[in-house]
Amino acid sequence: MRTDVTKIHENTPHQELTEGLMMFAGGTSKHFCTGEWRTSTPVFIEEKCKQCLLCTPVCPDSAIPVRDSRRADFDYDHCKGCGICAKVCPFGAIEMKEGR
Amino acid sequence: MAKKDRMSGNEAVAYAIRQINPDVMPAFPITPSTEIPQMVSTYIANGEIDTEFIPVESEHSSMSAAIGAEAAGARSLTATSSCGLALMWEELLVAASNRMPVALALVNRTLSGPININCDHTDGMGARDTGWIQIYAENNQEAYDNFIQAYPIAEHKDVHLPIMICQDGFITSHAVENITLLEDEQVREFVGTYEPEEYLLNPGKPMALGPYSISAYAMEARKNQEIAMENAKGVILEVADKFRALSGRGFGLFEEYRTEDADFIMLIMGSAAGTAKQAVDDLRKKGKKVGVLKLRVFRPFPATEIAKALSGCKAVAIMDRCESYNGNGGPLGSEVMAGLYREKIVIEAVNYIYGLAGRDFTVDHVYEIFEELEKAVGEGKTVEQFRYIGLRE
Repeated sequence: MRTDVTKIHENTPHQELTEGLMMFAGGTSKHFCTGEWRTSTPVFIEEKCKQCLLCTPVCPDSAIPVRDSRRADFDYDHCKGCGICAKVCPFGAIEMKEGR
Repeated sequence: MAKKDRMSGNEAVAYAIRQINPDVMPAFPITPSTEIPQMVSTYIANGEIDTEFIPVESEHSSMSAAIGAEAAGARSLTATSSCGLALMWEELLVAASNRMPVALALVNRTLSGPININCDHTDGMGARDTGWIQIYAENNQEAYDNFIQAYPIAEHKDVHLPIMICQDGFITSHAVENITLLEDEQVREFVGTYEPEEYLLNPGKPMALGPYSISAYAMEARKNQEIAMENAKGVILEVADKFRALSGRGFGLFEEYRTEDADFIMLIMGSAAGTAKQAVDDLRKKGKKVGVLKLRVFRPFPATEIAKALSGCKAVAIMDRCESYNGNGGPLGSEVMAGLYREKIVIEAVNYIYGLAGRDFTVDHVYEIFEELEKAVGEGKTVEQFRYIGLRE
């Protein structure tokens, strides 16, 4: 039953799909660019940021990458523009702008 | 060696569950199925089985938990009736589309309203398009036998679909009858251990279950699910053969009772088949060529097989213990007639609605129906194409 799901695409006939559309792989949501849904966009103002990292854990889409204990710019492939990070930032280092 | 006992239908199913010793049973009580989880809990409390019992706050949760447990890799089941099944509706479809071989002991009871706790098939029929296999029992023995066959059917690699084992509320669930039981070892060997190929708690083999599907995939997934339901027919027959070899009992998709040379056949499902058989025996003594086709498997629906079984008779009475409110008869009536038409078998077919909300169905009703069929064929008398039987008018 286990199949290479990377070989399945929108033209795959029903006989070659997995049972119940089971996905035999992990972390596949990375490949799904939900950032396309965004209608407003957070902008990171680096000079105002104190690296308190309050924004990272509240992001529902894990779209604020952290490297060496410092946050980097947004992962816009997955950020849906919910604005929670801008609300939680005590230093005004994240501003929301209209559109994608 | 088989042993003889006397049990209610609920006791019989609980006994089968004890013999199977499944992994997880989430359940919420509802009349008339309450005794099943209650008795299973007792078996667990007494240390006779190690099933994990989950008391939940609703049937929405019991079915959700059963699906979750099954997805994790556990053999799971629940029991319910009536409104409990209605509250599961959303999850019933999820269990089937996720291809989870969950078992459900359904003790058929009507749905409100008017509010009533007695038997008819409204609950099961309401779930007829949810993708579950449905098997109905005439008596306690069949409820027991069918439950033992549930997992070998549902877990078969060509099927992987959930299964409902149905019996009539109170009529069989609470009435005590003689029963022949298999030994525990025989049941365990027959059912086997559950070894799913893919499950969530399987280290090193990550998978996701029930993902969102865009339009490009959903239709293909449903076709595959439909094929699994078609496959179930053959698997049900195979399992029935094996069960017959073990126990000497049981039927395939339906039982044909004195139909060989019958001019008039009553097609009926559940406990009322016993009443119909008694009436047929009485009428046979008077020289009437009558018989009963007792439907065992309602899903998958054996339309072709039924049509062929009816092809030699002059008229059939199709008995529905459920009102469809479609102005066109009951669910069995509609499906059997469609099956006859597709096979180009033209016989008189009359649909009767009987026994709603626990209304008694007696041999007198059966005599009346056969008389009506005989007049329709013999005297060319026009009969109503669907009507209530046993109604005060």
